[in-house]
Amino acid sequence: MKRTLFEKIWDAHVVVEEPGRPAVLYIDLHLVHEVTSPQAFAGLAARGLPVRRPERTVATMDHSIPTLPKGLAVVDDAARIQLRTLAQNCAKHGITLHDADSEHRGIVHVIGPELGHTQPGMTIVCGDSHTSTHGAFGALAFGIGTSEVEHVLASQCLLQKKPKTLEVRFEGALRPGASAKDLVLAMIAELGVGGATGHVIEYTGPAIRALDMEGRMTVCNMSIEAGARAGMIAPDDVTFAYLRGRAHAPAGEAWDAAVARWRELHTDDGARSDRTVVIDASAIEPMITFGTNPGMGIPITAVVPSPDDATDPAQRAALAKALRYMGLSPGEPLLGRPIDVVFIGSCTNARLGDMRAAANVMRGRKVAPGVRVLVVPGSQDVKRAAEAEGLDRVFRDAGAEWREPGCSMCIAMNGDAIEPGQYAVSTSNRNFEGRQGRGGRTFLASPITAAAAAVTGRVTDVRTLAGGAR
Amino acid sequence: MTFTRLSSTAVVLSADDVDTDQIIPARFLKGTSKTGLGAHLFADWRAQAGFPLLAPEAAGAQILVTGTNFGCGSSREHAPWALVDFGFRAIIARSFADIFKENATKNGLLPIALPEAACARVEQAVRANPKLTLAIDLATQRVALPDGGAFEFAIDPFAKHCLANGLDELGYILAFADRITAHEQRRS
Repeated sequence: MKRTLFEKIWDAHVVVEEPGRPAVLYIDLHLVHEVTSPQAFAGLAARGLPVRRPERTVATMDHSIPTLPKGLAVVDDAARIQLRTLAQNCAKHGITLHDADSEHRGIVHVIGPELGHTQPGMTIVCGDSHTSTHGAFGALAFGIGTSEVEHVLASQCLLQKKPKTLEVRFEGALRPGASAKDLVLAMIAELGVGGATGHVIEYTGPAIRALDMEGRMTVCNMSIEAGARAGMIAPDDVTFAYLRGRAHAPAGEAWDAAVARWRELHTDDGARSDRTVVIDASAIEPMITFGTNPGMGIPITAVVPSPDDATDPAQRAALAKALRYMGLSPGEPLLGRPIDVVFIGSCTNARLGDMRAAANVMRGRKVAPGVRVLVVPGSQDVKRAAEAEGLDRVFRDAGAEWREPGCSMCIAMNGDAIEPGQYAVSTSNRNFEGRQGRGGRTFLASPITAAAAAVTGRVTDVRTLAGGAR
Repeated sequence: MTFTRLSSTAVVLSADDVDTDQIIPARFLKGTSKTGLGAHLFADWRAQAGFPLLAPEAAGAQILVTGTNFGCGSSREHAPWALVDFGFRAIIARSFADIFKENATKNGLLPIALPEAACARVEQAVRANPKLTLAIDLATQRVALPDGGAFEFAIDPFAKHCLANGLDELGYILAFADRITAHEQRRS
């Protein structure tokens, strides 16, 4: 029986499947944060239920937590209570929590892989739509609601209808200036924000194989922005090299046995996905979004599209509404447009490689006058590693703020926000209205495109920056 | 919360890809309970003149009619909590985002996906007469207009069963405790 990567993992985790009912699917790893868990723990308490497998549950504080140095005030009482509630719930149930004092605290989708919790073949869930990130390791990982968080806490299982599969194959090689972020933004622009609804994406092809694990995480992270709950990449030697020696990865003989098992995790020759899309990676330019959802993306050299060119009336209306919100006109270029804020961070682009890429552009340069630049590493481990290389100095010397880890300005819950009407070039994942602060306007882009905007104060094609990366 | 039948007026929110950041902006996610979120439903769109949900004729409407891919983006269950707290019991849309649809049914909020032509017809009828009552029957999976027009909708049989009987999904899972234990022993 020829099976896809998805089917292999799915089949290995089905506990029960009654006719006409969704499968009871076993969950290997449950990641928890402060925003989507309090009501789930309250539900457990109301039923008097324990957490079934606390050792398969890992919690962190990332959404509401300040990114200013430790000890500085949490943004408001509600956030303080939420953070305290998570600490109390974790203590009560014996769940490992990376709180403000943990040297490994960070964004849930950064620390899971970094600590070796995330492994090939696992089922991984979290009350967070960007859980798709972990699929980069050949895991089946997806976001769930709070009711489902309660189900997993209590039973280590979820009720799931089997999704369809979509293979997205990236042929060719990325060209200089184009990164994993550009690749996934180009895909979402092609599929649309609902284009992969009901599907799990498997990313394949030479351009995917050529990515390091951080790039693969960036791609899988944004699967949800095309509507797919999960995105996955078959594990290979790049995956194993990343995992080897990580705190929670298998070691010794168990490591060899695990790798042997993991090598089976690929789509068999002859197994077919329900749909296939092929994209030429060599044609992808640095991308930027112009609108109010991640599907509204264009090559950075292109002009803002005109609603009049849309054939579907609903699409025309959506484009017109987005351009009104963004204060943009059809046909105008984004290149050269002045910006107010640059945010380098988030579960999409806050890993060491992202920090290095941005620092290479900003090294020896200064942040443009009047521009606020926030660099927020994804975890304490990323922060320490970046500082060991002197990247913090590069950012600070340029005039950027170097912060403590957290979700920060991606979701603007912790006090880090852009002002109404401001424009931000952001390495995060969502440009929805008000996402980065009420009335704020977001251009999504890669770390090097964001860094180029930081030093010029304008939307800039990094390939044309005098001197390029340093 | 069970769902069997609903007769109510409806309100049209004419937009595609309505994301959960619009339904309930992140700054309202700092609570630790599920209640009281209706006050912040579409918090940033409310300020805009003519926002349809606040129109006098929309008062009391328990049905929202909208475009494609409703509820995309974040997995926050605060979105259906806010919609239900505001008073909605059903959403008729061209399509729904996956996580939102799951979250909605778990909160007694019925997501009804209808084809474009049917949605357009419902919208037109509601616009022509905001006092018009739509009748939704889960058992027969039908949305009926007062003029006799009716549309069948598809729904996953298990989701239908849960909504109709208020079935507790966690209870269903926990009934398989022995099988879960056996799975854990097999895999470890």
